[in-house]
Amino acid sequence: MNTVTGKMTPYKVISGIILAILTVFLVFPLYWIFTGSVKTAADINTPTPQWFPTNPTLANYEKLFDNPALLWLWNTIFIAVVAMALTCITAAMAGYVLAKKKFYGRTVIFSLIVCAMALPKQVILIPLLKEMSFLGIHDTLWAVILPTVGWPFGVFLMKQFSEGIPNEMLEAARIDGAGEIRTFVQIILPMVKPGIGALAIFTFITAWNDYFMQLIMLTKNTSLTISLGIANLQAEMATDFGLIMAGAAVAAIPILAVFLMFQKYFTQGITMGAVKG
Amino acid sequence: MTTSAAKQPVKGPSKRSGLGISRAEARRETIAAYLFLLPFLIVFVGFVLIPMVMCLWTSFFDSTMAREDIFVGFGNYIKMFQDDIFWKALMNTALIVVVAVPTVTAFSLWVASAIYKMKAASCSFFRCIFYLPVVTGTVAVTVVWKWMFNNYYGIINYVAKGVGVIDNNVNWLGNPKTAIWCIILILFTTSIGQPIVLYVSALGNVDASLTEAAQVDGATKLQTFWKIMWPQITPTTLYILVITTINSFQCFALIQLLTSGGPNHATDTIMYYIYYQAFKLYQYGYGNAMGVILAIIIALLSALQFKVAGKGND
Repeated sequence: MNTVTGKMTPYKVISGIILAILTVFLVFPLYWIFTGSVKTAADINTPTPQWFPTNPTLANYEKLFDNPALLWLWNTIFIAVVAMALTCITAAMAGYVLAKKKFYGRTVIFSLIVCAMALPKQVILIPLLKEMSFLGIHDTLWAVILPTVGWPFGVFLMKQFSEGIPNEMLEAARIDGAGEIRTFVQIILPMVKPGIGALAIFTFITAWNDYFMQLIMLTKNTSLTISLGIANLQAEMATDFGLIMAGAAVAAIPILAVFLMFQKYFTQGITMGAVKG
Repeated sequence: MTTSAAKQPVKGPSKRSGLGISRAEARRETIAAYLFLLPFLIVFVGFVLIPMVMCLWTSFFDSTMAREDIFVGFGNYIKMFQDDIFWKALMNTALIVVVAVPTVTAFSLWVASAIYKMKAASCSFFRCIFYLPVVTGTVAVTVVWKWMFNNYYGIINYVAKGVGVIDNNVNWLGNPKTAIWCIILILFTTSIGQPIVLYVSALGNVDASLTEAAQVDGATKLQTFWKIMWPQITPTTLYILVITTINSFQCFALIQLLTSGGPNHATDTIMYYIYYQAFKLYQYGYGNAMGVILAIIIALLSALQFKVAGKGND
């Protein structure tokens, strides 16, 4: 069995080389962000790039934090965490009843969910902005959070998960006299935990990176996210690459850390979201 | 259907143990179900469904800031078909989709097939590497590429000159001919992560006894792949085609940050042009009409892909 994997065929060598090139190609931009963020302006503004930062400096970061970059970071974390928590709660509840209960209007609601998922999310941004202004929450973080929570992907995912719960367990709970809420909290939730984990990490990263929605909804300097902040810096000081890279690094580090910590759940989440009927 | 199922006694052991659901029971279940659904329904209806309906509705109006909307019927749609920039944007979007979707799909399938049999650690290492650009976020990735493509200080000009591909600095993002290809390249790096993860898991799920049997019978590796594995991963391929198409159609942040649709609308995509019309020129009605058309195009393409792939599967 292992004889096949052990041999060095020309195909293997070539595919190894291509994989290596691709790896460099994808990792280099990240390397360039982090090294660029500690380079001096003189080392950056030269036609001969410096492969390693020889005079590392924190000046770019100091300049970055002259802007309310910490507040931008906090705003981003707030959006991602609140959107994640609300999505998990609402989706777990809705997914459970759509999978396990028979009630009037179930087919209609589920069809609406599937139809909405097939449409491009960005298309609704124009009316959404009007609606948020009407509600008076335009330019607050809630204007980004609420539409993220309303997006039905999470419900879809949690419905898939809840379908795996054996009906016998629900029956047993019922016979034991457990009420609806107790059944949900003590029986359903523990069983769909892996699904919630996957959905949580997925929502967190999506909300963190949903640049288009943030761009439309948030304009005040104090309600910006870190992505918007960098984009604005870039628009104002297009050639101060050191500063922009410092911003990119600050934006990338937390989300990379979250990803690397929960990588397994994340892979699960993507895979399970795809396995649909 | 649901109604009758709720009223009639349900048969079979998997259902409610022969307990006939009475009218009162059905009402009780419905109330309980809606209480559970309520939090989601509020945000879903409020911030997804209503805006969708409003998008369609407003597309029939001349709608802008600080004045009443004027009903124009299909005016916005007619204007769109006479708008050269709209067609330019549509062609650019089509170019991006036509180049990016097959490249991303084929490449990710190749990478996945190269790594899925590796040891668990190496496999998850590569999966992680290919996912990094996705996680890092479009903005961070885009600003660094913008620097790398820079006319004077960009490393790409330096390296390309060094290896002799070009003689003089090329203004990659300032030239309409090269800018769109730069965008496609960056889109590619941020798009292959998810398909690779999906393909690795799909290939891992292919029944190993089938492939082994085929190889015992003397099938070549390529034959084993196309005859045994390919049919089994078709649903995954289909899903990847659909999400990559939708992503490529919605390509926006890259354009906005790299070129702002320039030079002279050479890199406008539909999504960027909608943004430009709605949020730069405040033509809400016109923007919504283009949004409706974009949604229809995406829905039709997804349906087409399902049909084609469904046929190939038989």
